[in-house]
Amino acid sequence: MQQIRIHGRGGQGGVTAAVIIGGAAVADGQYAQAFPAFGAERRGAPVLAFCKISDRYIRNRSQVYNPDIVIVFDEGLLSVVDVTAGLKEGGMVIINTEKKAEDFPFSNKVKIVTVDATAISLKALGKPIVNTTILGTFCAATGLVKLGSLKKTVKETFAGPLGEKNVMALEEAYRQYKGGA
Amino acid sequence: MGKREFINGNNAVAYGVKLARAEIVAAYPITPQTKIVEQISEFISNGEMNAEFIKVESEHTAMSACYAASCTGARTFTATSSQGLLYMFEMMQFTSGQRRPVVMANVNRAISPPWTIWLDHQDSISTRDAGWIQIYVESAQEALDTTIQCFKVAENKEVLTPVMICLDAFVLSHTEELVDIPEQAEIDRFLPPFEPDYKVDVNRPLTIAAGTAPNLYMEFRFTQQQGMLKAINLWKKADEEFGRLVGRSYGGVVENYKCSDADVILVTMGSLSSTAKDVVDSLREQGTRAGLAKLRLYRPFPEKEIFDALKSAKAIGVVDRSLSFGFEGSVFSDVKAALYNNNCCIPGVNFIVGLGGRDVTADDLKKMYDKLQYIQKNGKAEQTVEFIGLRWSE
Repeated sequence: MQQIRIHGRGGQGGVTAAVIIGGAAVADGQYAQAFPAFGAERRGAPVLAFCKISDRYIRNRSQVYNPDIVIVFDEGLLSVVDVTAGLKEGGMVIINTEKKAEDFPFSNKVKIVTVDATAISLKALGKPIVNTTILGTFCAATGLVKLGSLKKTVKETFAGPLGEKNVMALEEAYRQYKGGA
Repeated sequence: MGKREFINGNNAVAYGVKLARAEIVAAYPITPQTKIVEQISEFISNGEMNAEFIKVESEHTAMSACYAASCTGARTFTATSSQGLLYMFEMMQFTSGQRRPVVMANVNRAISPPWTIWLDHQDSISTRDAGWIQIYVESAQEALDTTIQCFKVAENKEVLTPVMICLDAFVLSHTEELVDIPEQAEIDRFLPPFEPDYKVDVNRPLTIAAGTAPNLYMEFRFTQQQGMLKAINLWKKADEEFGRLVGRSYGGVVENYKCSDADVILVTMGSLSSTAKDVVDSLREQGTRAGLAKLRLYRPFPEKEIFDALKSAKAIGVVDRSLSFGFEGSVFSDVKAALYNNNCCIPGVNFIVGLGGRDVTADDLKKMYDKLQYIQKNGKAEQTVEFIGLRWSE
């Protein structure tokens, strides 16, 4: 089982991102659970969302304490939250930032993947909303879900032109990772 | 075979209500309400469901509307949680006392104050004696399927008792997972239309819930109790029939998970049962004979079935997600009563867990089984009621 923890702020769409990852995994023929951290929801406050993916039905229903992958929507969260807490050895942190992986203090302990998702989103969507954009990086860096399934799930989540724009944004993030890897 | 969707427990219940062809849904749509009734109102507004949605100004009125609607012979549903359920309490007695088979989903949330919206079972357990059948589920799939089973049992003419399906807040209500949505035709075979013998009708006036003197009142209560008790076997039959027609069943009223040869058994209700099955399997891989009795039906209490599941154990633990203040967890009391009624005395301990949404992990459950193994070796429980995961015990 692969466990993913998403760090965002209230209103940034962390839960939606977790549900999209789960939906894509399910479209790939896997089992998944996606859920919010069961905390207070306030716009701007640090929030968590989780996704578990497995090739078997998932019975464990507790929250995720030892993630394999952490996704950080907002670099500013690093100063208020320990995003690597409980992260498994050899785990991965995907951060939305203008910086490079080696700029982060925990870069020697875990694999760090960086993406300037805000810039990609501003260009594709005209808004600094990164929750689907960064999933392109997640898809490229982890291979846990297929790109086609991810695009399909995003289009189902956001109808019409908004879905198309979100797909463009995540494809760009996917390309940037593949190009740079 | 229907379709598979990645949905949460709220939506799963809404699908169940739609497939059951409920005709009246009355609900108060504000906190602590969940998405269940919002999803149903969407089904109605987009024409997928042929029902009347009655928006009301409180849960008390929601239950009043459900009571009245059910008196006209309509298949009726509502949903609520925590304080909303408590506010319904008075009208819940009208539906049960008048034998109206309303079905209600209660998303289990803790009671305020201190202010909370998170999971525990204090809300539904507090309404235990309101004359409603209560059933608890462990997954979104079970929530959907059981919602349909609720109507089947509630409307049975030997039962005619309202049913509350209880599903854990967040862990089930707000968690997306893969759910099979049955075909309408499959459910239509399982659940025929509701046709009560007595209903209010302007052309055939009758008085219901009339004043009843001491010479008759007690007989009403006696027959209510008999109807309720019949629900145990009828639920087992309904679950079997659902299995035959739809392909899924849930072990009747008590799911016996590897209890037959188990030395140590936990009794759980709700979503915790799911995690506990994982723990049972991992303990068995290490040679510990662990089992799990998942209590689905809480009222009527299936005392014979729970005794059958537990009778060979050396030590049992009952996990309560609520508390009868000044005593112990209510499920623990009931399980002990069931054993006593069967001349059986097994050392047991009551674990109070997860109040107000505190997460209960596989490690917590493992520690409970460790405790039971310790009791098994020593022959008696030292402390009957234990709070698990208190900040002070860390």
